[in-house]
Amino acid sequence: MLSILIGALSLVPLGFVVAMTIATGWDTAIALIVRPRVLELLGNTIWLVVITVPLCLVIGVGGAWLVERTRLRAHRTWAVLLAAPLAIPAFVNAYAWVSVVPSMAGLGWGVFIATLSYYPLVYIPAAATLARLDPALEQSAASLGLGPWKVFFRVVLPQLRIAVTGGALLVGLHLLSEYGAFAMMRFSTFTTAIMEQYRSTFNGAAGNMLASVLVALCLVMLVFEARARGNARYAKLGSGAQAAPTRARLGAWELPAQLGLLGLAIIALGVPLAVIGRWLLDGGAQIWETADLASALGQSLWLGLLGALATTAAAFPLSWLAVRYPGWLSKSLELANYVTSSMPGIVLALAFVTVALHAIPDIYQSTLLLVIAYVLLFLPRALVSLRAGLAQAPKELEEAARALGRRPAAAFFRVTLRLAAPAAAGGAALVFLAVLNELTATLLLAPTGTSTLATQFWNLSSGIDYTGAAPYALLMILLSAPMTYLLFQQSKKAAGQ
Amino acid sequence: MKIRSQALAGIAIAAVAALGLSACGSSPGSSSGSAGATGGPTDTITVYNAQHQELTQAWVDAFTKQTGIKVNMRNGDDTEMAQQIIQEGKNSPADVFLTENSPAMSAVENAGLLGDPGSQAIANVPQAYRPSTGKWVGIAARSTVLAYNKTKVKASDLPKSIMDLADASWKGRWGAAPSGADFQAIVSAMLQLKGESATLDWLKAMKGNAKTYQGNTTAMKAVNSGEIDAAVIYHYYWFGDQAKTGENSNNVGLYYFKNQDPGAFVSVSGGAVLASSKHQTAAQKFLAFVTGADGQKVLQTGSSFEYPVGSGVAANPKLTPLQELQAPAVDPAKLNSQQVTDLMTQAGLL
Repeated sequence: MLSILIGALSLVPLGFVVAMTIATGWDTAIALIVRPRVLELLGNTIWLVVITVPLCLVIGVGGAWLVERTRLRAHRTWAVLLAAPLAIPAFVNAYAWVSVVPSMAGLGWGVFIATLSYYPLVYIPAAATLARLDPALEQSAASLGLGPWKVFFRVVLPQLRIAVTGGALLVGLHLLSEYGAFAMMRFSTFTTAIMEQYRSTFNGAAGNMLASVLVALCLVMLVFEARARGNARYAKLGSGAQAAPTRARLGAWELPAQLGLLGLAIIALGVPLAVIGRWLLDGGAQIWETADLASALGQSLWLGLLGALATTAAAFPLSWLAVRYPGWLSKSLELANYVTSSMPGIVLALAFVTVALHAIPDIYQSTLLLVIAYVLLFLPRALVSLRAGLAQAPKELEEAARALGRRPAAAFFRVTLRLAAPAAAGGAALVFLAVLNELTATLLLAPTGTSTLATQFWNLSSGIDYTGAAPYALLMILLSAPMTYLLFQQSKKAAGQ
Repeated sequence: MKIRSQALAGIAIAAVAALGLSACGSSPGSSSGSAGATGGPTDTITVYNAQHQELTQAWVDAFTKQTGIKVNMRNGDDTEMAQQIIQEGKNSPADVFLTENSPAMSAVENAGLLGDPGSQAIANVPQAYRPSTGKWVGIAARSTVLAYNKTKVKASDLPKSIMDLADASWKGRWGAAPSGADFQAIVSAMLQLKGESATLDWLKAMKGNAKTYQGNTTAMKAVNSGEIDAAVIYHYYWFGDQAKTGENSNNVGLYYFKNQDPGAFVSVSGGAVLASSKHQTAAQKFLAFVTGADGQKVLQTGSSFEYPVGSGVAANPKLTPLQELQAPAVDPAKLNSQQVTDLMTQAGLL
């Protein structure tokens, strides 16, 4: 029941875009979609994706290979450092750079910031998979006469395909939905243009039509990824323990590799942290002495907690259905949610504002509506880990508990729920992190008087109060850091399945 | 299957209940009770605020201190909030609407959603700064300026009129924040003074000539660093920065177009009480406070550097007096925000 409700809710944004296109009228819609501005945005957005995604792939896979499959010195430290930029939200990264070099703007710098912020999305799954790959295949290939480079490209890379296309898709979707970073870099994408239309017209037709083009782009990207993923099987068959992967000697390449990684760490991690440090020093004690900071922290934690709890609760029936009763229903529910969560927050928020205002005014501008939006946006993060957790809680155990006299509900709570709890906590932590850094949906949907770390940071930094914004940036990074580490650890486990 | 789904239903109910509770717990001001009509100290009013957050916060703090009436602020932009109020209609949670520019206020007025601003507020503000309809009152004013880089542009090379920025000689040299309501208000004045086709031509030229920024401060900062030669902004951004460190404005000079040019437009910020408000008295008290001597002195002495318009309070002495700006005579009631965004969308600026 609940899973169907969640599935139905998933369709609200898509339905909204379709309904709005119809309501706008065909002629007006065409006039608003086929115009130079849309072409310009389309060009910007496509170039952004086409340049940034390959860059992230090269850095992500290259970095993963260096730390997992070579005898690079200090590879354990590098393994963590390479994942660390994920703890710096893209808009905080953009703020750090722009506040020092105000002329950074346009496609090139947009790509620069996006690559630094998002390559860990490729690196983390790639590293996890590389660490787990069965070296037997590579050894066979080498024994059949392939050189090390050919082994990498013909044997290792294809095995990374699922992890890497998944990571690339995530990068692509982030690029489509990011608002703050590109607004600061003065680079127009569909999301920034929709936000500008929203600021000028609330939910006017022009903004809605931009949203429908953006939705179409997301769908194209999903299809593209499904194609690229392919259907080949890479699982190990048969018995026997898997050998530890061998590590290549770097030899003369050690120094360039170390320097390259150092350079990356400096621009992705060092510069933003140093700049924030500088603004904190400039601001002195007084930037910490505002009641706004404490209240924003409180509200961020509260919304993050609500979002994490609600999303995990919603993920339970869906993953339970997927694990225990796989079939067309669970498949289509999963697909519906997958599509929805790939929608940029701005589209979902526009849809929710309009639908709530006209159909359910009682939840308009309520925390409830905002939390529902978080659930839809971030459900997959909870689903992925919960499904794995539930799969490891065999239903025979629950049945045994019932045979021993437990009532069904008690058996479920005492056995299955307890076994799945660690996985649920992991998923909840990821959702918490996502809510913490969420900007657009929070701006549009939050109750009057709400200000979170992200919205308050945005307020201050877009009014170029760089010192005032620094404590918010620091708090977001500090809160994100443990979550990023958790994600990093979790990916190592997930890659084994 | 059936038995298990009962367990699930239990979780579902618990989850929904938790959400429901939290929703009730954290929507302050949504239910401030029936005492509202009296305007007593137990009231809470909701202000849809498109003015600078710091300025309205200063008003709100002083007002709450004086009257005990609590104020809930929702922040946004002029036209965004105007459209929001129009769509919310009779169910709007807003009691008071404050804008930075008048076109958004006119849009709400034309939708028939504005109530009586109260006789005290009307008495506080001279006729020049409120519409003849009496549905809203001016709460502050701001002047259009061309902020230019003093080392890159000679005073003699400055354009005579804002319309000249469409010339090829200004290609790539000026900037503005077209997605903001401030700039859109300036365009609405141009539309009023020069007509639709001249305005559209100018906007199309702007698409090719101007660099666009997220806000007026960022545009001024770009002028200061020499990234562009000049920017069309409002006057108070410069004064505000000068009062702080001047790091974004020390190389910037202000040029007032004067001569009744569209670029000399003085924009009136408006305040109104929503007809749907259940706290009419408290809302009117708030407007009376903002336009009264105490409220207007916040403009005179505070860090906003906007012009006071009510209760005879003089502007901050650092500002060029309003009377010397030779602003064009524009009827605020006729400024059309909808047409402006349409034209700007057409020109590819939005």
